[in-house]
Amino acid sequence: MLAEYWPILLFLVIATGLGLVLLAVGTVLGPKRPDAQKRSAYECGFEAFEDARMKFDVRYYLIAILFIIFDLEIAFLFPWAVVFKQIGIIALIEMGLFLALLVVGFVYVWKKGALEWE
Amino acid sequence: MDSVIALFNSFVNDWPNLSLAIGLILLPLLPLIISVAMYVWWERKVIGWMHVRMGPNQVGPLGLAQAFADVFKLLFKEITVPEKASTFLFYLAPLIALVPAMAAWAVVPIGDKMAWSNANAGLLYLLAMTSLGVYGIVLAGWASNSKYAFLGAMRAAAQVVSYEIAMGMAIVSVLILTGSLNLSDVVQAQAGSKGFLEWYWLPLLPMFVIYFISGVAETNRAPFDVTEGESEIVAGFHVEYSGSAFAIFFLAEYANMILVAFLSSVLFLGGWLSPLQGWGLGILSAPGWWWLFAKAFVMAFLFLWFRATFPRYRYDQIMRLGWKVFIPITIAWTFVAGCLAFFGGVTIGPGGTP
Amino acid sequence: MTTQLVIFYFFATVLVASALAVITLKNSVHAALSLVLTFFTAAGIWILAEAEFLGLALIVVYVGAVMVLFLFVVMMLDIKPESMREGFIRFLPVGVIVALVMLVEMLSLIGVKALQAQALPPNPALADGSNTAWLGKALYTQFLLPFEIAALILTVALIAAVTLTLRKRSGVRTQKPSEQVQVQRNERLRVVKMASEGKPGESA
Repeated sequence: MLAEYWPILLFLVIATGLGLVLLAVGTVLGPKRPDAQKRSAYECGFEAFEDARMKFDVRYYLIAILFIIFDLEIAFLFPWAVVFKQIGIIALIEMGLFLALLVVGFVYVWKKGALEWE
Repeated sequence: MDSVIALFNSFVNDWPNLSLAIGLILLPLLPLIISVAMYVWWERKVIGWMHVRMGPNQVGPLGLAQAFADVFKLLFKEITVPEKASTFLFYLAPLIALVPAMAAWAVVPIGDKMAWSNANAGLLYLLAMTSLGVYGIVLAGWASNSKYAFLGAMRAAAQVVSYEIAMGMAIVSVLILTGSLNLSDVVQAQAGSKGFLEWYWLPLLPMFVIYFISGVAETNRAPFDVTEGESEIVAGFHVEYSGSAFAIFFLAEYANMILVAFLSSVLFLGGWLSPLQGWGLGILSAPGWWWLFAKAFVMAFLFLWFRATFPRYRYDQIMRLGWKVFIPITIAWTFVAGCLAFFGGVTIGPGGTP
Repeated sequence: MTTQLVIFYFFATVLVASALAVITLKNSVHAALSLVLTFFTAAGIWILAEAEFLGLALIVVYVGAVMVLFLFVVMMLDIKPESMREGFIRFLPVGVIVALVMLVEMLSLIGVKALQAQALPPNPALADGSNTAWLGKALYTQFLLPFEIAALILTVALIAAVTLTLRKRSGVRTQKPSEQVQVQRNERLRVVKMASEGKPGESA
């Protein structure tokens, strides 16, 4: 099994290497003539009033939290999908129950309006 | 531990020379980079034709060298780092965007067991690599310390994350019918005597459509390209990037698009199997890598067609589509797929009995 | 020394170093990214130990989802490094006590068992190479109840997340196209009959 993962490791290493080489080539070949205007952040034409790293709408956190929960659900589905035919009808019912519980939560989230994006 | 060492030894025997292995891996990456260049050219041509323009036609025959000229132009441009940016993260972000886009190709099979890694958990590996894509975006937006970049990054991150769920569920539904995480098994399970009707696009039609549309949204392409909506937030998360750092983002985005095209062909359109399989038409019914490439080409063309056709979605519409349309459908169809597989509605391939 | 061991030690070194970086780096975004690296190398070590499903699931769930939330929070909470160091001395005793308690707990839970543990024999179920299937069988037959409880916990988490974070913003106006197209003429336009006004300056 492990033999199949060596190419993946090499892929990761080589892709990193490729990115580094591209960055290095760009740094070496490109000119370096920074000035204050060039280095200022992209803006509407005025100086920025405040730091760009502002507080953000809580909705984005909520999306991230919901994503974690559904991602976990998918992670649970993977081993189930591989074996459910061998276990039999009980596995189908189990997963039906699992999904039904999550759907209850999902309906709650929906009805509460957490998925509205004003 | 002994078994691990034995496995490693078998690896050494299979891959006697590390330089050979590296050569073999550069082998898919270089064509990938070249096909990205050609894809960019093709995109500009196709969109040109759809707009009744010529598209690039000055550099080289048919303008074919245009993409390469662009690459060299980018390499010779200055990489400007904004004054307030976090320099280290600013350089790290394009790398993090590129690596998963490239590494995912390790498990894509172009023929039976013909992949660089025939890993058992190939599908899960793909999901893992897809889920890493969001880091490049978030880091680029944050490291730039620019409002437009930050806004674009946040929008993109929430969008990518939302559509990843639908994408994951679509992958799971394929897995349910196949019973194996191995991508070669997935394709083999779609073999049969009824030609293209054996493929998974038919029993999993909603999932196929959702997978591809989620793929378009994941790669932030039109009509889901609010992150770079030029009329609102210019170029989104990579607005501060220039030169080769920008080229890396570009490379990653197009490599991801081609990856989505290949994967939707592998998962739902029978991979390297012929659409006329089992009809006894000689070479036309024979499987081969050319079928996979033809299918992927059509799917990649869809990306461009979408871009030239559809107006951009509004952000709340994107989130509505992802959460309120795709996720309920995928959850329901996952269960339908389970019942189909269990009660024998579809013929199941060699997977399922490990 | 085989290359396999070299890779293990490489991963282990990176793992420990990045774990240390998580708690020592001042910049909280850098710290969160170190945590990402920690998870990633941990996944590498698990795969090296032939637990491919667990390793990849670690990447999908922790790196791909949990850490994204961490980064969101860390990036947007706008924590200044200076303010974080303020209460260092004041909270030090509490911190030390919590750390000690955790250490004792970990030792009693893992350490004592580890002393008595025997190395597991190679599992015949893993011989065919798919430990995803093996895990699935165990999870969906033997550990059925914990699995369904996990579903319940996830649902609770879903509801808790919404109740904790959802704030209705007042004064937000959204378009409702479905209602807009149903507007009748007489809802928007009223024709009023009235007497004609005289010229200015001319009394009625």
